[in-house]
Amino acid sequence: MNYDIVVVGGGPAGLAAAIESRKNGAESILVIERDRELGGILQQCIHNGFGLVVFKEELTGPEYAERFIDELSRENIDYKLDTMVLEINKDKQILAMNTVDGLVNIQAKAIVLSMGCRERTRGSIAIPGYRPAGVFNAGTAQRYLNMEGYMVGKRVVILGSGDIGLIMARRMTLEGAKVLVVAELMPFSGGLTRNIVQCLDDYDIPLKLSHAVTDIKGRDRVEGVVIQKIDENFKPIPGTEIEYECDTLLLSVGLIPENELSKGAGIEMDSKTSGPVVFESMETSIEGIFACGNVVHVHDIVDFVTEESRHAGKAAAKFVLEVKADNNKIIETEALSGIGYIVPQKVRINSVDDKLSLFMRVRSVYHDAKLSVKADGKEIYSVKKMHLAPGEMERIDIKKELIGENVGKLTVEVI
Amino acid sequence: MKETLKEKEMICIVCPIGCHINVIESNESEDGYEVEGNKCPRGKIYGIKEITSPTRVVSTTVSIENAFLKRLPVKTDNPVPKELIFECMKVINEVVVKAPVKVGDIIIENILDTGVNIVATRSMNEIK
Repeated sequence: MNYDIVVVGGGPAGLAAAIESRKNGAESILVIERDRELGGILQQCIHNGFGLVVFKEELTGPEYAERFIDELSRENIDYKLDTMVLEINKDKQILAMNTVDGLVNIQAKAIVLSMGCRERTRGSIAIPGYRPAGVFNAGTAQRYLNMEGYMVGKRVVILGSGDIGLIMARRMTLEGAKVLVVAELMPFSGGLTRNIVQCLDDYDIPLKLSHAVTDIKGRDRVEGVVIQKIDENFKPIPGTEIEYECDTLLLSVGLIPENELSKGAGIEMDSKTSGPVVFESMETSIEGIFACGNVVHVHDIVDFVTEESRHAGKAAAKFVLEVKADNNKIIETEALSGIGYIVPQKVRINSVDDKLSLFMRVRSVYHDAKLSVKADGKEIYSVKKMHLAPGEMERIDIKKELIGENVGKLTVEVI
Repeated sequence: MKETLKEKEMICIVCPIGCHINVIESNESEDGYEVEGNKCPRGKIYGIKEITSPTRVVSTTVSIENAFLKRLPVKTDNPVPKELIFECMKVINEVVVKAPVKVGDIIIENILDTGVNIVATRSMNEIK
């Protein structure tokens, strides 16, 4: 089997990349999806708030997905469902399998990696206690509740105040559960303020910052959860234990880009983002393999995933049509004080159209601060920010002429 | 007898700054309320709306038959008064629909006489 472009993953990133590469002239495109339908995680995110940037209106996750799925059909782009990609290599061969085709080898001219991310589990945060039923990842519970129709519990404690945890606090409450508390390890919430107000405050659900779960009671089913205040070194403070009688613990403790296939192909990875190192066009260290969406870095707004993926799809089409990137001058980006990471990590300045977009997350909460971009130590651009938080991704657009051609390093810092 | 004046602290969610605002009922003010702590005029409008008539879009699911999933996601096509959220949930939870359904199809018309409809937020084919 041969295709110009194979897109691995049919969620918001893959859909946008596939459609955009078609619009930019790519002819044979295949989207491979392991689930039974396209749309990815959007299909279980039934709340609204999606699409404000891309469609200028507020949609739910399934509505947002359906618009792209419809467009994919209109563009006659091939896709395979229930299909698992087992391996990708540097020669852009893909080994995949499903129950219809069996094991198939696909040769692509370009590949777009859009596998998204998965939830961190109890195992990665080392909570003591037995292993009773009733401990769920928040996203897993969301899928059970919103798609499969199973209520996962009646009295609930949620660990982690990221957006999924907050959204699930409201969702469980609406369905008749009692959400007792949301505990957050950090001294600030990882979720959007809007979600704290509309998911917790609206339903009088308390948020306890700087708290950890230190015990799970119950052997067969969760019977209680102990949370405890932690000090600045994240050590539990004795005597601050609070025990909640409950049957369910939901974990919303972070997302990890799903990069087994990328690593298998030998793509260079960034330890800060847990995603591939990418150039300005979202091309990875292997020529002709692109990556976009949560597989590169975890986004908080799907609209930004769409924008990034369109950019990757366009670049993949260009590659297939043999418009190669100009490799002459490579600028590295570096996150300095206050910045957690920057995407892209590398910039081929001659291949930047008119502006370069840098995406980043700050490490902490700042008020009345400034994001300063420096080229080899000299400030070329800065933007004032009244509010910066790790839960909200920042984007800086820099005009190409501001950067200049002979720069070795672009840095961003919070001042 | 003098009526007690309302006062409420809240976080403005109009933009990401998230001003902590205080909305105080006031007979002297033109709008009937004073808003403190907001950094822009939108915060005042938000604060007054939140204290006088807060509304929310409700998104949830209904039971569906003949489809490959058991639940169909739905939402209110306009915001409903906040105090009616749980009443709406009761009505919505009584409904069972049959596939096929198209996104935007009205599932419940004029819920609780609010003038707001409950609509499907995705399409689902009939399974054969």
